[in-house]
Amino acid sequence: MRKNPYLISGIIIIGILSLAAIFAPLISHYDPSSIDSRSLLSPPSSSHWLGTDSLGRDLFSRMIWGARISLTIGIIAVGIATFLGLFLGALAGFYGRFIDTLIMRFCDIMLCFPTFFLILAVVAVLEPSIFNIMIIIGLTSWMGPARLVRGEILSLKEREFIQAETAIGCSDLRIIVRHLIPNAAGPVLVNATLGIAGAILLESGLSFLGLGVQPPIPSWGNILIESKSTLGIAWWITVFPGLAILVTILGFNFIAEGLKKVIG
Amino acid sequence: MSRYILKRLLGMIPVLLGITIISFALIHLAPGKPTTLDQALNPKVSPEIRLKMVKLYGLDKPLPAQYIDWVKRLCALDLGRSFGDNRPVLDKILERIPLTLAINISSLIFVFLVAIPVGIKASLKPGRGFDNFTTFLGFILFAMPTFWLALLLMQFLCINLGWLPISGIKSLDYEYFTLPHKAWDLVWHLILPVFVSSLGSLAVISRYMRSSMMEALSQPYIYTARAKGLPESKVVYKHALRNAGLPIVTIIGLSIPGLLGGSVIFESLFALPGLGRLFYEAVMMRDYPLIMAEVVLGAVLTMLGNLIADISYAYVDPRIRYK
Repeated sequence: MRKNPYLISGIIIIGILSLAAIFAPLISHYDPSSIDSRSLLSPPSSSHWLGTDSLGRDLFSRMIWGARISLTIGIIAVGIATFLGLFLGALAGFYGRFIDTLIMRFCDIMLCFPTFFLILAVVAVLEPSIFNIMIIIGLTSWMGPARLVRGEILSLKEREFIQAETAIGCSDLRIIVRHLIPNAAGPVLVNATLGIAGAILLESGLSFLGLGVQPPIPSWGNILIESKSTLGIAWWITVFPGLAILVTILGFNFIAEGLKKVIG
Repeated sequence: MSRYILKRLLGMIPVLLGITIISFALIHLAPGKPTTLDQALNPKVSPEIRLKMVKLYGLDKPLPAQYIDWVKRLCALDLGRSFGDNRPVLDKILERIPLTLAINISSLIFVFLVAIPVGIKASLKPGRGFDNFTTFLGFILFAMPTFWLALLLMQFLCINLGWLPISGIKSLDYEYFTLPHKAWDLVWHLILPVFVSSLGSLAVISRYMRSSMMEALSQPYIYTARAKGLPESKVVYKHALRNAGLPIVTIIGLSIPGLLGGSVIFESLFALPGLGRLFYEAVMMRDYPLIMAEVVLGAVLTMLGNLIADISYAYVDPRIRYK
C-alpha cells in the first residue's frame, strides 16, 4: 500500500470529492439556484469563494452540487455497463459456439457505430434527464467490459480448478458466479474505474452541447457551457468547473493505475 | 491473403445490415417527424401539403418497407435528398469533407511528429527526469476535458492576447485577399482547432510508443547488437525502433475512420462547418436520409480501418500469417 502512490493519491482525491458531494447541503452556504441580482459576475471573494455567475448564483455551491450529479452519473452509468458486460461476456465466454458468435457480432455492431451518433439518437428518443443520461451512457459502453470478461473466462475455463468444478458436477451458474467472475474481477475493476472517468467526461461533453443535464440543475458540463457567453469577462466560471472535471478524472485514472499494480 | 481479405469484406455485410437496421429503427422511433418540424417552422403549410410530403418521402409506408426501399437505393449508390434543403445528400457530405479531412490529417501528423520522439526519448531512460515529466503531463492531458482547454486557450490566446482568431475558418474580408494570403488565413484559423484536437491522442500515442520501445529494448537481440559494438544510435533507431513501430502501424490503420469523423463539440465550439456538425444538425432536424448516409459512412470506414490495420500488420511483420 505504501509503495503505491497512485492508488493513495487517487483515493484521497476521490474521497474528498465524494465527501463534498455527499455533504453538499452542509458545505454549500448558498442555494445553488438562488439568484442574487446584487452580485452578478462578482469575482472570487470571501463571501463567494469561487465568485458568482451571470445570474448571481454562487459558483462554489453550484460546483459542490454539480459534483453530486457528475459522480452519481459516472458511477451508476459504469455500474450498468459493467453489469451488462459481465453478464454478456460471461455467457459468450462460457457457452461459446452459437451464443458466443451472436453476442460478439452484436458487440461488433455496437462498436462500429460512431459513439456520438448512438448517444445523440438515444437522447433524441428519450428526453435528456439525469436518469436517462446514466442509462444511455451505460447502454452504449458495455462492449469493452464484455470483451474483457469473455477473454478472461475463455482462458480461465481451461484451467484445472474449473475443470474440477465441472467434474464434481457444479451447476453452470455456480461455476460462473462463484469461480469465474471473481477470478476475472481484477481487470474488470480497473476497466470500471477508467470507465467512470470516461463517463464523467462524456456527461460533461453532452451537457456542454445542451444534451445532458438540463439547467437549472447544475452539472460541471452545463456550468461550462454557460461560461461560453461570459468568455473574456469572467475567467472564474471557465476555470473552476473544468479544473474540477480534470481533478476528478485524474483521481479515477490514478486509482486505476494503482489497481493495475496491485493486481500485478 | 486475397482470400482472407475477401472473407473479411463479405463478413462486413451482415454487420452493416445490423447497424443500418438499428439506426433506422432508432431514428424513426424518435418523437418528431421531419414533416411536423417543417410545419412548425412554417404555419402556412396546410395538412394537404404535409400529406403530399409524407407521400413523396414514402413516410406513409410501414417501416420495414421503407427500410427495404432505402437499401435498394443504397445498392444503386443513391443516398437520396436531404429533407432540410432538398439537395442530394452526397453533395452535402462531400462539401464538408475537405475541412474535416484537413483538420484531422494535420492533427494526425502533428501527433506522430511529437508523440513518437517523446515516446522514444522517455523509453531510453525510464524513471528519470524526462520520463517522469512526460508521464505526469500525459496523465494531465489524458484527464483534460479538451473543450475546456479550448475555452481557456480561446480566452487567453484569442481574447487577451489577440494572437489567433476565435472561430470560423475565414476572416470577414477574406474575399479581397490574394491567393497566398487566403491560404494563410485558413491556416491561421485552423491552428487552434488542430492543436486542441491533437492533445488527447498525443498523450495516448506517446505512452504507447514508450512501452513498445521499452519492450523492444529488453529483447535479447538488443544485447547482441550492443555486444557486437554497434553505436547506440543504430541499436535504438534501427534494431529497437523497427520492432517497436509495429503497434504504431496498427494505430495508423485504426485512426483512418477517425479522419472523417468530425468532433461535434469542437466544430460547434470553433464554429467550423465540418462533418460532425452536419451530423448533429441532421439528427436534430430528423433528416433521415442524411443521418443514414453518415451512419453508413462511419461504419464502413471503421470496418475498413480495422481491416487495413490487420493487413498492414501482416505486411510489416512477416511472422503474422492470415488464413
